[in-house]
Amino acid sequence: MSTQGYANPNSAGNNYSMNSSQNGGGAAATAAPAAPAAPCQNGPGQTYPAMYPASSYYSSALPAAYPTVAGHNAPPAGKTPVSSTGYSGNYYQNSSGPSPCPAPPRTHQYSTSNAPVQSFQQTAPYAMPAGYYRQTYSHPSQGQPQPQPQQLQPSLVPASSGNNLNAPLYPIVSYPSAPGSSQYGTLRSSQTAAEQLPVSTGMPLTQSSLQQYSQGIGTTPTPAHLGYGAPPLSQTATVNGQSNAVQQHYNQNLHNPMSHHYAAAPPISQSPDKERPPSGTPGTSVHSSPRHHPGGDSSSTTTGSASPVPNSYESVEGGGYSDLAAPPTSVPAKQAPPFGYNYPTMHPAYQQNPAPRPDSSPSHGGYNPPGYQPYSQPFPSLSELSSALGGLGGVSELEAETLRPVNLLQERNILPPKHAPPPEPNLSNDLRKVNCSPDTFRCTLTNIPQTQALLNKARLPLGLLLHPFRDLTQLPVITSNTIVRCRSCRTYINPFVSFLDQRRWKCNLCYRVNDVPDEFMYNPVTRSYGEPHKRPEVQNSTVEFIASSDYMLRPPQPAVYLFVLDVSHNAVESGYLNVFCQSLLDNLEKLPGDTRTRIGFVTFDSTVHFYNLQEGLSQPQMLLVSDIDDVFIPTHDNLLVNLKESKELVKDLLNALPGMFTHTRETQSALGPALQAAYKLMCPTGGRVSVFQTQLPTLGAGLLQSREDPNLRSSTKNVQHLGPATDFYKKLALDCSGQQIGVDLFLLSSQYSDLASLACVSKYSAGSVFYYPSFHHVHNTAQSQKFQKDLQRYLTRKIGFEAVMRIRCTKGLSIHTFHGNFFVRSTDLLSLANVNPDSGFAVQMSIEESLADTSLACFQAALLYTSSKGKRRIRVHTLCLPVVSQLSEVFAGADIQAITCLLANMAIDRSISSSLSDARDALVNAVVDCLTAYRANGSNIQPSGLITPAALRLFPLYVLALLKQKALRTGTSTRLDERVFSMCELKSQPLLQIMRMAHPDLYRIDNMTEQAALHLNDSVIPQPPLLQLTAEKLTREGAFLMDCGSVMFLWVGKCCNETFIRDVLGYPNYASLPSNMTEIPELQTMYSERTRAFISWLLESRTFHPAFHVIKDDTSAKTSFFQHLVEDRTESAFSYYEFLLHIQQQMSK
Amino acid sequence: MQTNVTTVKGILISTLIFPRLRDNIIAFDELKTDYKNPIDQCNTLNPTVDRVKKIKRVRLALKLVLPEYLIHVFFCVMFLCAAEWLTLGLNMPLLAYHVWRYMSRPVMSGPGLYDPTTIMNADILAYCQKEGWCKLAFYLLSFFYYLYGMIYVLVSS
Repeated sequence: MSTQGYANPNSAGNNYSMNSSQNGGGAAATAAPAAPAAPCQNGPGQTYPAMYPASSYYSSALPAAYPTVAGHNAPPAGKTPVSSTGYSGNYYQNSSGPSPCPAPPRTHQYSTSNAPVQSFQQTAPYAMPAGYYRQTYSHPSQGQPQPQPQQLQPSLVPASSGNNLNAPLYPIVSYPSAPGSSQYGTLRSSQTAAEQLPVSTGMPLTQSSLQQYSQGIGTTPTPAHLGYGAPPLSQTATVNGQSNAVQQHYNQNLHNPMSHHYAAAPPISQSPDKERPPSGTPGTSVHSSPRHHPGGDSSSTTTGSASPVPNSYESVEGGGYSDLAAPPTSVPAKQAPPFGYNYPTMHPAYQQNPAPRPDSSPSHGGYNPPGYQPYSQPFPSLSELSSALGGLGGVSELEAETLRPVNLLQERNILPPKHAPPPEPNLSNDLRKVNCSPDTFRCTLTNIPQTQALLNKARLPLGLLLHPFRDLTQLPVITSNTIVRCRSCRTYINPFVSFLDQRRWKCNLCYRVNDVPDEFMYNPVTRSYGEPHKRPEVQNSTVEFIASSDYMLRPPQPAVYLFVLDVSHNAVESGYLNVFCQSLLDNLEKLPGDTRTRIGFVTFDSTVHFYNLQEGLSQPQMLLVSDIDDVFIPTHDNLLVNLKESKELVKDLLNALPGMFTHTRETQSALGPALQAAYKLMCPTGGRVSVFQTQLPTLGAGLLQSREDPNLRSSTKNVQHLGPATDFYKKLALDCSGQQIGVDLFLLSSQYSDLASLACVSKYSAGSVFYYPSFHHVHNTAQSQKFQKDLQRYLTRKIGFEAVMRIRCTKGLSIHTFHGNFFVRSTDLLSLANVNPDSGFAVQMSIEESLADTSLACFQAALLYTSSKGKRRIRVHTLCLPVVSQLSEVFAGADIQAITCLLANMAIDRSISSSLSDARDALVNAVVDCLTAYRANGSNIQPSGLITPAALRLFPLYVLALLKQKALRTGTSTRLDERVFSMCELKSQPLLQIMRMAHPDLYRIDNMTEQAALHLNDSVIPQPPLLQLTAEKLTREGAFLMDCGSVMFLWVGKCCNETFIRDVLGYPNYASLPSNMTEIPELQTMYSERTRAFISWLLESRTFHPAFHVIKDDTSAKTSFFQHLVEDRTESAFSYYEFLLHIQQQMSK
Repeated sequence: MQTNVTTVKGILISTLIFPRLRDNIIAFDELKTDYKNPIDQCNTLNPTVDRVKKIKRVRLALKLVLPEYLIHVFFCVMFLCAAEWLTLGLNMPLLAYHVWRYMSRPVMSGPGLYDPTTIMNADILAYCQKEGWCKLAFYLLSFFYYLYGMIYVLVSS
């Protein structure tokens, strides 16, 4: 109860003010006046120890909720109001640490309130934003039980013991005994105090508590009150002014009734906290209460995770926080790069206080929180949003530009000199800012047509391209007991939902109105209550949740890796074992995982070998199973061993393995039985199986015959055998998928190995396929280097286990077909035994019902997975796009790269299910249909020529490039395996990679200048223009770099500038260049540095290192370069101009 | 009399086929509409269980296919023996379709038509459903035709 009395001061203070606990804390803060610079808390606590016992209780309770804060508390750095928030964090810790009794601290707080705000600020140590955040997150859950505080209060009151937890945290703190209390009061309370006194909350739940508070404050002057009572008001006023200046939104909080709620919540947490011993050190204090534990753990895990990305939630928020508040001096390590959203820049609506809510009674007046009215404004209802869409003048200009008719037959230079960014959806700025990154989530049409009829009219495919598990540099990770989802469609709350009022939100996919759970009302970022629209979930379209046990079918599995190695004669001959073993040895420490990580090895030739790696053995023990018709596991223990415990044995094995089979004469390969054995071995846990295969499987189940006829490689007729020869691998993959086993296939074969059949084992178990044609460690160094680098990435990249991905979309849209590596379990659910950061997915959509009643269409992809640390996580991406009713707008919003990728996926499906020529015809028809539709629609278009809207001007070029892809070309000699591999790549790679494959980037690099160069981190990166892919652009005097994604060519002309050859390639002249150079030497010349800077800039965003070839103009290798010049005519394929004429002819039919 | 016997058999057989077809259609319908199930979240949580169920449903469809084809072939043969040329002629297109359908099935080691990895593609699912409804209509009509034939024979004899 005492807290209530305090409440006034507290409320006056910052966001926290609402909380009763805060009051106590606030009081402490306010107490500071006497010693402004010094930690206010301490000072106040000392002065008024006796005064407010009750308040102390509150403080104590609150602290429990925010145990983490303490750890972060750094020395009081900031003076700004912001600092005060951080400060509050500290307070919390303190309070939590100590038992509920610390009455004295509160008094302190109050006293502080009296004290000038300035002093307060100074004193306040900046809690680390990061730590802060953590607390907040865990907090929400705590916040729920608002009613409890009241109950608690009585109990709290009696216990008035002066426990100063604060002391340890703050060097200055004088009162070790009363830590908790002081913290709460301090923050915002000073600001709000005066106004808050008449606290009456609009919220039903809080009301009771609030009233009590108000009573306590206004009516019953507790001893404490007496002491500080008068001062607070006046002080608060001053404080407000100061604080206001700094942060507007904070001010809102002061008034906001919501804050009261918050206060109530803290008490709940109190009970557990009370028992905690006061923790002086930051680290210890964290997560004392059981409730908190989950949150705390998760957060810590996040930070600890091996992924390069700073995933920690704290970091994310920290950035935002820092913006708001004073720079957090302490806990630098935890801080992440600034997060995307800036609070300071929030809508005016947020900052200003709108008119009081209707329900708030006049008595509330003082309290009317400006903060909460803003809800409606920041998140306008859909209709409002829609009206906002059209308003931007710039957008319409943009649209006009994308609709500008282009006559392709006349305009030759349609390729932009630089990579054009994907089209921006025509949304209001606020929505655009929070929309999902196009690298992660892209739609082929950034303006969604209203009806299927309209879509059919446009003749463009509607679909999504997803890269859901991509490595991210910023990712908000959220720990919360309840993950807020729509009750009917289970959509995760996202930035595009609308808040009808404080307590209800409307799902943007199914339009159901849901309640906002209590704990969601607490915003960990601003540490305020009643601002659900400012939660990170609602501020970011890409977030990650730490899932509770509700999201587990079984305890999260450990990371389990099994390597299945071909050791037949062929394999030993190629020498891959050396490379593999060395790579694994180098990266053994970096394998993602925790202490439970397990590892195992299986080798096979005509028999299957297992390795017993039991801890304690002097050397690895090989167990040989020769019964390949009915393969069995020789011993169930010790074949998959804990990596940490058996590390030495694993190293021994890896060192010995390459030598063990050097003299083998076994040429057979029993891949099928080896895979069956791997399946049996992994069954109980799931995990990742990496298969290395160098030839056609010839023994046991799953044996394959050679199906390729070399004479038909360049046939222009139908290509046979694109599908699997047997369903053995598919069935095995489905079994694996069911047991959460992902199979990755490395094929290193110089002969035909029927990849079409083998790839099935990865395709349906969500694995990945790697293919190194004619791999040899000596004869083919480029391949060997690539293999090595790929392995490096493969072994160390992030991995998610037992994953499922569900894609939801606005009512009316439905999913038609998925493309990628996975098993489709339901119409919108993909089962991914493993998920890796390098795989992309494509989804075809259809419009089942008219979208006329909505102006926005949203898509949400939720990926639930187990991290390598054994944490269950959900990564959610949400994309929002406008819905349009005009055909021209549909054309204007076409994303040509996404369309090309989706068409490529569809064409590959078609070529397998029907035939290659069918697929090629379908691609050409896609262009013809689309352009015909545009012509039929456009009224003011000249009849002659081939007219496209500017947005689609690259469409024919990209389709032509697809037709000349290895996967889909005819007439050019293409090995079946390479063709199939190219198909696998097109289906499973992310968009950017596919685009580089299909339409490589060509640059001239012998005359790069610093004009328009990028300047990054002291290095100058020249930006040569993109060239069209035609021999026209090549000159003998130049050197050209072609970037095809997985391979790069540097073509050197015969008369190339000798300075370039000398300075960059390190050879005196053209004639002395070797024909098999695979890298650029590191020379200390400006030329060389510039070139290398450019190449490494190209490689920067890429996860797999491409193979590099220097090609001389007169070597036979140049065909591999020239085949990528897609605009040129080849023996069997159109040139670009011929292709345009062909399209025109088709259109006129 | 022969006609009599075969028509009776036809009726019996048709009645045998109906439930199979119905199950078939229901199986596809379940596959298609599954996501609208409010238990949806449970499915997310229970990957293994859910997956097994799903595959079972596909297997169910597989199990229904061959018996249906065999029964149809069987009474085509009976019609042939009874020299019921008209009835046989009516059934020939379906028989031909069955043969074609089975010849062009996806690569599969066991019997069956449907590939669990592609069945969820909207095109294929829609095709299978449509096929189910059409065949149901065909069998229903033939059932009444056989019934009529049987009664006609009984009355006239």
